[in-house]
Amino acid sequence: MTATGIGAPVRRKEDLRFITGKGQYTDDISRPGETRAVFVRSPHAHARIRQIDTQAAAAMPGVVAVLTGADLAGDKIGNLICGWMIHSTDGSPMKMAPHPALADGKVNHVGDAVAVVIAETLAQGRDAAEKVAVEYEVLPAVVDPGKAQAKDAPLIHEMAPNNTIYHWAIGDQSAADAAFRAAAHVTRIDLVNNRLVPHAMEPRAAIADYDAGTEALTLWNTSQNPHVARLVISAFVGIAPEHKLRVIAPDVGGGFGSKIFIYPEEVVCLWAARRVRRPVKWNSDRSEAFVTDAHGRDHITHAEIAFDANAKITGLRVRTIANLGAYMSTFSSAVPTYLYATLLSGQYQIPVIHCTVDAVYTNTVPVDAYRGAGRPEATFVIERLMEVAAREQGLDPIELRRRNFVQSFPYQTAVASLYDAGDYDASVRKALEAADIKGFGQRKRDAERRGKLRGIGYSNYIEACGIAPSAVVGSLGAGVGLWESAEVRVNPTGSVEVLTGTHAHGQGHETTFAQLVSERLGIPFENVSIVHGDTDKVQFGMGTYGSRSGAVGMSAIVKALDKVEAKAKKIAAHVMEAAEGDIVFKDGKFTVAGTDKSVDFAGLALQAYIAHKFPTSEIEPGLKETSFYDPTNFTFPAGCHICEVEIDPETGQTDIVAWTAVDDFGTVINPMIVEGQVHGGVAQGVGQALLEGAVYDADGQLVSGSLMDYSLPRAEHLPPIKVDTTMTKCPSNPLGIKGCGEAGAIAAPPAVINAITDAIGSEDIAMPATPAAVWKALQKASAMRRAAE
Amino acid sequence: MVSVSMTVNGKAVSADVDPRTLLVQYLREHLRLTGTHVGCDTSQCGACVIHLDGQAVKSCTTFAWQAEGANVTTIEGLADPNGPLHPMQEAFRENHGLQCGYCTPGMIMSAVDMVYRKGHELDDQTIRHELDGNICRCTGYHNIVKAIAAGARAMKDSAPALKAAE
Repeated sequence: MTATGIGAPVRRKEDLRFITGKGQYTDDISRPGETRAVFVRSPHAHARIRQIDTQAAAAMPGVVAVLTGADLAGDKIGNLICGWMIHSTDGSPMKMAPHPALADGKVNHVGDAVAVVIAETLAQGRDAAEKVAVEYEVLPAVVDPGKAQAKDAPLIHEMAPNNTIYHWAIGDQSAADAAFRAAAHVTRIDLVNNRLVPHAMEPRAAIADYDAGTEALTLWNTSQNPHVARLVISAFVGIAPEHKLRVIAPDVGGGFGSKIFIYPEEVVCLWAARRVRRPVKWNSDRSEAFVTDAHGRDHITHAEIAFDANAKITGLRVRTIANLGAYMSTFSSAVPTYLYATLLSGQYQIPVIHCTVDAVYTNTVPVDAYRGAGRPEATFVIERLMEVAAREQGLDPIELRRRNFVQSFPYQTAVASLYDAGDYDASVRKALEAADIKGFGQRKRDAERRGKLRGIGYSNYIEACGIAPSAVVGSLGAGVGLWESAEVRVNPTGSVEVLTGTHAHGQGHETTFAQLVSERLGIPFENVSIVHGDTDKVQFGMGTYGSRSGAVGMSAIVKALDKVEAKAKKIAAHVMEAAEGDIVFKDGKFTVAGTDKSVDFAGLALQAYIAHKFPTSEIEPGLKETSFYDPTNFTFPAGCHICEVEIDPETGQTDIVAWTAVDDFGTVINPMIVEGQVHGGVAQGVGQALLEGAVYDADGQLVSGSLMDYSLPRAEHLPPIKVDTTMTKCPSNPLGIKGCGEAGAIAAPPAVINAITDAIGSEDIAMPATPAAVWKALQKASAMRRAAE
Repeated sequence: MVSVSMTVNGKAVSADVDPRTLLVQYLREHLRLTGTHVGCDTSQCGACVIHLDGQAVKSCTTFAWQAEGANVTTIEGLADPNGPLHPMQEAFRENHGLQCGYCTPGMIMSAVDMVYRKGHELDDQTIRHELDGNICRCTGYHNIVKAIAAGARAMKDSAPALKAAE
């Protein structure tokens, strides 16, 4: 390992600009003559728009234009779409209701955009937006996903009877039913996977600029996948042809999924910029983010697991209702299906599984992928089941897991996933040691003496990253392929630029990708630059989500580097007058085997560009190669997280006193960055378990609509986090990478809840386990104990 | 309109602004000092923290006119642009105390203020408690806490000079 190569904890290239305030986030960019967009939003969850009067607003100082859904329709701007087709069990396609960027006659959630004011300044825009008079006929709202399919529930979209988007299933129902009939023990649980608001710290933003001379539009936006944004905005929304639309996602301040999607605001900015012939800028404030950024999770689930007399799992049945909100967001349909049910086997051998999912509309903000996307929900189901089942059968929870682990690979699960590699017990062994499980009994007794309840909880998660190959995801309904592209440009002086179709918004690609190139070409780390996030620079790419950038994005770079090396060897053979087969490339040098003749990488690069010493009829001048890489399978990171809590029974306050994470991510490029990803993922998972919950009232008002009401994890909520890894290489990509971005958020919630339920001796606790919820659970449990006595 | 004048990063500035103009808007939009960020609208996240007369202040909850005559330091002015980084900036880089970087300027400004108030030997508990007004969604705080402890110690040698520079 070199100091900056694969496996080294290299300090990040991107940090200098961020620690000095020189980052360039979308809101930091300003275009000459720019106007500001302010949206008029529905205060009602469900209402018909009787009329919109824009006259008074249009007459306000500084107002350039006031536009409504009628103007949008008049200009034939298309609807936003969901790009993943799911079919119901009866073969019918999902019911994708129209989603115009500005409401067309009816609003379907609080925050739905009704009109936009374009003004000279933000203050003038806000003043004018208040003067837009919208007359509503308020309709009854559907808020609870559990009641959305009721016969008497109000209908949100005419084309979706019973508010049902799809009724989907996977697995063998009759085999599962048979397994349950023959079971020696069955554990049943009802779970709610609480609704979350992602909250990247940078709110979403967009600036659109129209060049009337070239009839081309440029959009700067907070996107995790600028090429996909351009494709959707061009091909489906129809704003401009793809070659007349440039999308730039500059520095982006966190995404966690919420910036994958194509939202109404960027569409409206583009459309308005062309109408008013001036740049249009929109910047969400946090209150607006609460009612416009796609939310996450929001499942209601009943799950049952069957065991034989030896506590070996014989079957699993799961029924889930998934709330997708008022409209189908860009990838919403895939989250509770192929990103969820295909992981329900966890780390275990489960011969039969059957899962049904009802996706429903409600009058709430659309729900889509949020860090983990479906996999946290699946892990919560299986890891809560395992813990409860162990307690019911009087077994140690680790012993029950070990008895059922998948031991040999590849392993075909009962829900389509083919696990390629892993060693689950290795992570468990390391985690038990690091968490000092042997000392837990003593720590629990010490806590008791202080009047505290101490508990320990396990989570043996598995996830699927780098979703691929494209033909497979296509057969599952994806509207796109999930390969990745890379272009390696070698400059005549031997420095290298790599253009990647992935996008970094905190992950440190500028560092880790450069580590790969530096090691592979034997050139200094400083001589490598990574370029991303601009459709005029990078030809095409699928962006960053689902922990795909290492496994898929770096694999594309490897393939392009292979081509660079192959061509460079040909040139080296001519330069050194040797046979191509005798050229060896090692440590940045091309050598003729068995001689002292050599040329270094920079020297060879110069030869490639001056083209004096090789026949250009056979070998083209220059050194630049491109690769589009499609992996052969998903990757399957897995691990063991252990959470230790202490609860004050007087207040219900839960303190996480220790956290141990041992993960198998395959090859690790930069352990410092990987640890940081685990820390952040765990924090978001702890947030879900203890603090966060988007709460709607019965009328569809978001009660937890500000950071005063929605509790994000702060430094004091979290303990120091012990992170370690084990390693089985992923066989599905050339570097053996599995991906690490989502692991913490997937592993953490069941670890926390398993620890709390262990401490309080009751399984009756929902997320977020606030002090009030824990205190109530304690009171209920003691009342039941008293009644039993 | 009201007229405001103050010293920002050692430079005298003045302007006529709408009285509603927040200090953060004045810094970002009038002076184009975009290192100070806005992450919320309820004074919770701390991405906008700057130093006003040597004390940490949330510039999203301060009108520009309230800084009349004051000495303002933003992330851009924490270190001499032609000199080395401030020890706290260096500590954030060395300890991987940032990922997306959006909360980072506010974190660093709060951290420096924490050292001014609490000294150079900061334990884990103190740092976590003092960070109540700054939210990070990326790091889980683990490395931010490490960075602040290291930065605080590193500031020891250059403490008088750093404080005087503000």
